[in-house]
Amino acid sequence: MKVLGFNLFGELHGIRGGVHPDDRKALVAGQPIEALPLPGLLHIPLQQHIGAAANPVVQRRQQVCKGEAIAHAQGAVSAPIHAPTSGRIAGLGLYPANHPSGLSVRTITLQPDGEDRWHPDIRGVDDPFALAPAEVAKRVAAAGIVGMGGATFPSAVKLHLRNRYRLHTLVINGAECEPYLTCDDRLMREHTAQVLDGVRIMAHALGVGRIIVAIEGNKPDALAALREAAADCAGVSIVRLPTRYPMGSEKHLVQTLTGKETPARGLTADIGVVVHNPATAFAVHEALRLGRPLISRVVTVTGGAVQRPKNLRVPIGTQVQALVDHCGGFTEAPAKLISGGPMMGQPLAELRVPVMKGSNGVLALTAAETGQHTPAPCIRCASCVDACPCGLVPLTMAAHIRAGDLDGAVGQGLMDCIGCGSCAYVCPAHIPLVQFFSHAKGELAARGRAKQKQTETKRLAEARSARMEAQKQAKRAAMARRKREAEAQKRAEAALSE
Amino acid sequence: MNQPLAASPHAHAPVSIGRTMALVMLALVPASLFGLYQFGWPAIFLFTVTVGATVGFEALSLMLAGRPVRLTLMDGSALLTGWLLALTLPPWAPWWIGVVGGALAVLLGKQVFGGIGQNLFNPAMVARVALLISFPLEMTRWVAPAPLFTADAPGFFEGLAITFGGPSGEFSGVDALSGASILGHVRTELGQHEALKTALSGVYDPFSALLGTVPGSLGETSALLIALGGLWLIHKGVIDWRIPAALLGTVAALATGMHLIDPERYAAAPYHLLTGATMLAAFFIATDPVTSPVSRAGQLVFGAGVGLLVYVIRTWGGYPEGVAFAVLLMNAATPMIDHYLKPRIYGRDRRGQPLEYPEPEAAAKPGEGRS
Repeated sequence: MKVLGFNLFGELHGIRGGVHPDDRKALVAGQPIEALPLPGLLHIPLQQHIGAAANPVVQRRQQVCKGEAIAHAQGAVSAPIHAPTSGRIAGLGLYPANHPSGLSVRTITLQPDGEDRWHPDIRGVDDPFALAPAEVAKRVAAAGIVGMGGATFPSAVKLHLRNRYRLHTLVINGAECEPYLTCDDRLMREHTAQVLDGVRIMAHALGVGRIIVAIEGNKPDALAALREAAADCAGVSIVRLPTRYPMGSEKHLVQTLTGKETPARGLTADIGVVVHNPATAFAVHEALRLGRPLISRVVTVTGGAVQRPKNLRVPIGTQVQALVDHCGGFTEAPAKLISGGPMMGQPLAELRVPVMKGSNGVLALTAAETGQHTPAPCIRCASCVDACPCGLVPLTMAAHIRAGDLDGAVGQGLMDCIGCGSCAYVCPAHIPLVQFFSHAKGELAARGRAKQKQTETKRLAEARSARMEAQKQAKRAAMARRKREAEAQKRAEAALSE
Repeated sequence: MNQPLAASPHAHAPVSIGRTMALVMLALVPASLFGLYQFGWPAIFLFTVTVGATVGFEALSLMLAGRPVRLTLMDGSALLTGWLLALTLPPWAPWWIGVVGGALAVLLGKQVFGGIGQNLFNPAMVARVALLISFPLEMTRWVAPAPLFTADAPGFFEGLAITFGGPSGEFSGVDALSGASILGHVRTELGQHEALKTALSGVYDPFSALLGTVPGSLGETSALLIALGGLWLIHKGVIDWRIPAALLGTVAALATGMHLIDPERYAAAPYHLLTGATMLAAFFIATDPVTSPVSRAGQLVFGAGVGLLVYVIRTWGGYPEGVAFAVLLMNAATPMIDHYLKPRIYGRDRRGQPLEYPEPEAAAKPGEGRS
């Protein structure tokens, strides 16, 4: 029986490609979420989300309360930032970012006073379902909530999609298909009711009648917990997904559930579906019921090189070093330090960088875990073609990029690549395919900017020369007029004197 | 903390080119051992010389090109090329056939294109065809099986004489053993307007062709062992089922069709599937990743193309066996197949345009999801 394109009996649709990496979740899946003690200093970057950086509204040495806004959103796609604890603003300057470049970004440094005192104005609403949908979205925006699966897109913007699309379903992406990570798993198991409440509030804001919480089969406890909690909720179904990477890719998840592909360059909203992460749902619950903004998140600290892997609730702005220390440090020098999961995470440039709203994991991997080899020539084995969930031919795209033919790579579908890394994961030649694609996308973006700058410069230059020409013409005309007038006057004078 | 920055992913499947090649060679072991056993010492010497020469020429090329010799040899690709070439040679061919073949395979077939992964044509088949055209006599002199340690089998020193002896030394005293391959014999007979039944009688019975106790190339005779090795490779995920299935399916379909039309002239499917290099081509030669298409649809077309050409050349062409030519011709078509048969990109139609949905999903339920 199909309703709105969904099979009610939980039948799933196949997706193309994908890989089955060793999920390695057992390292830490049994560890309950533990609160990390407040560190001595918090470094809170102003750019923790997709969109414009937040605008600081505090002064140095200013005293702030927990949950007080310290930076406001700027523009349509942005998110405010709040003090993770009470304390004094120690500075406002540049600090290394949680980004592979390790470049410094604008950061507010907060010195906790240890009192952890909430701002007095913080209070929730008794019945979020009595609020108008726009009001819910407004509160979500004010709480600084962004997509916590790692994409960090401001959540309120997605809750407003109802204004432009005909939506019917909210999908909660509990796939957590990245190996190692268990933060969403733990959150769904330990805070089931809160997550479900947040989900229902979001569905209310979106005006959709149907909710699907989709969880990969390797998280049976989370599935069971949510099934029990959602037993008497109408319109909520809990779906067990096959364990396959990249099941958590938004568009592929929706295809698995509905059998429909999101059109290229489009949003899942084009086919009536909005996707949110369980941690985002939890944050929405806290924001609406308790009035608390997003100031902490669950981070999985794991990997073969970590002494005691843990799931930690971490105040935003805590240095990664503090997390590692809390887990007993390293057993051996890690071959790779990663922020996020092993498939799409970014290398950490250093350990003093702060945890941000999108940081779901800190991985310290041993050499054996990374399985790295020197790249060899491509033997066209087509493993990458079979693994690509997007129907691309990675080997051909890489060959174009290698030859410097970026336009050729675009012609092969480079811009449809989601960067999931399935191709590079299975490549027997160990060719860093994702690196080729990221390089090409970055280069194309830079070229686009350069071209735009060039066109703009040209436009300005042309406008200037046109202006100059007009001024010259005007001057010439004025001179000619004066000359004519002078001559006329002369003639008039001559006529008079005759 | 310093670490080399590298793009994701930061984990990797336990695969490598060396592992792939090793598995393919492992799958070849039964058929190869059987061939070496049944054709005896000369075959063992020829196999050793061919493989050794191929690897030697690869090492020489790498040295001349200034590439890392040991590291590249370790990928096993040259070893596999030499191995496959040896399996396709007449088992008692003289040693220099193996050396010239190894040189042709590595130099002309692979290194002139830029080494592993760059060659357009299957190196072993390039060598096989070049040898056949250049030395037709040596390349078509077949022997009946004479298993090791049996009465008819040449001993170690006789074997040395056969493989390394001069032109006059070849086949001395063992002329009784020489014979034609099944394909060659049948072709000659049919050429003399004999009925197929007469042509087949005494040289072909499906059971021996399946087992491989028939005259033929060094490692091509046992269709059964080759197929078992190939199926194991499919099971291990080293090769895909599409090329073998399309190739064998096409040969079988054509043979069956023609046989039904005129059973007097055209042999039935088992004859074509079990003789010559059909099985080896289906599982080990046409499946060479470098020279076959990358998309699933392309692989089906490629396999079917090889099967079609094999049948056409065998039946109406100038040579009794057409596998090597068929593979090379389809190798040449591979870039074109890859160009036209790409997978459909997610969210786009076959022509590359974004998908369009005529009716928004929620339109069925008025009022829902709208503000």
